[in-house]
Amino acid sequence: MSDTIKGDWPLYEVFVRGKRGLNHVHVGSLHAADDQMALTHARDLYTRRNEGVSIWVVRSEHIAASTRDEKDPFFEPSADKVYRHPTFYDIPDDVPHI
Amino acid sequence: MSDDHVYMTLAEGHEDDTRWAYGTGFEDPLHGVDTTVPEGVDAGELADVCVALADDALVSAQRLAEWTTRAPELEEEVALANIGLDLLGQARLLYSRAGQVDGTGRGEDAYAYFRDADDFRNVRLAELPNGDFAFSTVRLLVLSSWRLAQFAHLVAHPDPVLSAIAAKGVKELTYHRQYAAEWVVRLGDGTAESHRRTRKALEQVAAYFGELFTAYDVRDEVAAVLCQVTGAAGLPMPVYRPLPGAGRAGDHTEHLAPLLAELQSVARAHPEATW
Amino acid sequence: MRFGAQEFFRGPGQPFTITFGHRVLLPRENHVTLEPNEWSVGKLVSMATTHSAEAPDRDGLQEHFDATIARDQRIEPRDWMPDGYRKTLIRQIAQHAHSEIIGMQPEGEWITKAPSLRRKAILFAKVQDEAGHGLYLYSAAETLGADRADLTTRLIEGRQKYSSIFNYPTLSFADVGVIGWFVDGAAICNQVPLCRSSYGPYARAMVRICKEESFHQRQGYELLLTMMRGTDAQRAMVQDAVDRWWWPSLMMFGPPDDASPNSAQSMAWKIKRHSNDELRQRFVDMTVPQADKLGVRLPDPELRWNEARGRHDFGTPDWDELKRVITGNGPCNDRRMERRRTAHEEGAWVREAATAHAAKQAARAKDGAAA
Repeated sequence: MSDTIKGDWPLYEVFVRGKRGLNHVHVGSLHAADDQMALTHARDLYTRRNEGVSIWVVRSEHIAASTRDEKDPFFEPSADKVYRHPTFYDIPDDVPHI
Repeated sequence: MSDDHVYMTLAEGHEDDTRWAYGTGFEDPLHGVDTTVPEGVDAGELADVCVALADDALVSAQRLAEWTTRAPELEEEVALANIGLDLLGQARLLYSRAGQVDGTGRGEDAYAYFRDADDFRNVRLAELPNGDFAFSTVRLLVLSSWRLAQFAHLVAHPDPVLSAIAAKGVKELTYHRQYAAEWVVRLGDGTAESHRRTRKALEQVAAYFGELFTAYDVRDEVAAVLCQVTGAAGLPMPVYRPLPGAGRAGDHTEHLAPLLAELQSVARAHPEATW
Repeated sequence: MRFGAQEFFRGPGQPFTITFGHRVLLPRENHVTLEPNEWSVGKLVSMATTHSAEAPDRDGLQEHFDATIARDQRIEPRDWMPDGYRKTLIRQIAQHAHSEIIGMQPEGEWITKAPSLRRKAILFAKVQDEAGHGLYLYSAAETLGADRADLTTRLIEGRQKYSSIFNYPTLSFADVGVIGWFVDGAAICNQVPLCRSSYGPYARAMVRICKEESFHQRQGYELLLTMMRGTDAQRAMVQDAVDRWWWPSLMMFGPPDDASPNSAQSMAWKIKRHSNDELRQRFVDMTVPQADKLGVRLPDPELRWNEARGRHDFGTPDWDELKRVITGNGPCNDRRMERRRTAHEEGAWVREAATAHAAKQAARAKDGAAA
């Protein structure tokens, strides 16, 4: 099994803007070897190549996060803010129009 | 649950029955297009062009369908099927156009299911067995680059139907070429094994280059793409060799007849049936 | 403390591999079973030492979870959840994902032989959708800390199951229609309630999947309608396919309720919303009028309308057969597994090449930046 594990692709989270006027929304994840492949796969899988939508992909391990549910028993509200900061997504809007 | 609301909106964008009629396309590319053959266009020649391009697409789609449940990763299943569906959609439109203009009034299925290998006009590169993923992606790179270059010219064709089909196809083929190019670079650059396999695939594919460059003068465009991709992949540019005979004239390898036998098996077993 | 996305999207890591700290004594002496991992345990330990007066949420993990379920709200990846809930979900979602992927095979065999280009396109797109559904579901399973490569290994080593229905062979093109009608119809009965499953990522995946499954069922039924209007040979093909697929389709809903020990807990957790027998009954009630309209006979002599119940009575499936098929002895188990294993193993060099290329690219970018 070591062979297959060696070749395992990392996990990416996928965010899609369904139409103009909406935010990008997390729609799921996929595996890809690199960013370009992740965009291609995201387009194939989550938009079935619908033209005109915008896609962000980001390596899952690069997302820092906190819960926004204050009732979440594990976390202080300010555990980490990076995920909520808009500039965290250093990907230009036009990338997805592959 | 505002996120859910947005999520649902996303999903709703895909509700469209027409996807079933045109592969993954969402609209009828021929909507509102005048189907009468314009003056000055030779109907017989137009039909020949349509059938040849349709045969390339159908045979390629059939080979891509053979990858189903065999792809190296699940994401590639989806990608290869998208490409196959695009090509199948192109084949259907082109056969329909051929039937309209060649005077027979035949439908798409008459061309696909009730002609023998001798009557097919696809290039031989399309009918070769899939081989490994390297062979399939190298072949896809060559065929999609070649087809894209042809379609880019055909957008200006005086026949409005062929022009519309080409315009739709250009978008699809641009994606196919990109997909294939990315993979050829990955495989050429990746590991020693993938490099070896891709290099071998290039040599095998190059043996069938000879007949690609006849109908339209697109050789330079295709060569430029291949040069760029092989350069990025660290692969030698394959040597171009002439190839006797022509798929466009009905010359085929021994691989086409079995491909068609499978494709046509059910339809020919029930010639009176409707599906 | 910085939490990686593993935590945010995936939930707290791999809950089954870490062996320390299963039980933590909290200030009020509540015993709480945890998903033990570095941060959850660390957090709780620190909470225990502060001994705050305002700790009702913190020591009420189970209560908070139960209350969320009771309010019909969704559990999300980073929420605390009972170990059994997580395990049950991973098993169920993985089985569901495996079923989509293995389910590509019986119909996929007919893409290259479909008797018209329109049918070829429909079937190709449908089988592609199934790959997509499998991916949505694996994605949902990964939010629980499962790893897709590991789930795939479990599948091809026979340690995780998939739906029994896909171990039956497809003998004619009519099977494509009947699979759409029965199997996708049964899947819809099963899956529509799962759009309200208590686990958010699973429920959201099911919304997408159900939308597409309804196309699948319609295309199957429409193919059969067309064939029934065709030749005698076509009508015979349809009836033959109906005869072969009816009982296996009823078995898709699983064993009867009194032999399904895990169902009650799954329903309490709202992972499952209806019992096996209830779903089976719904499927029968839905399908009988469709069969009449189509002009085929469902192969069950006991099938009749029960006026008093307002539902159909029907015969008992051969549960021994279900057991045989589930335990690996169905007609096509070996073939299905072999295909999946071969694809995975023969794809290894491709996946490795892509990984190696990505690593080289990253190194080149680094060198370029340093230069």
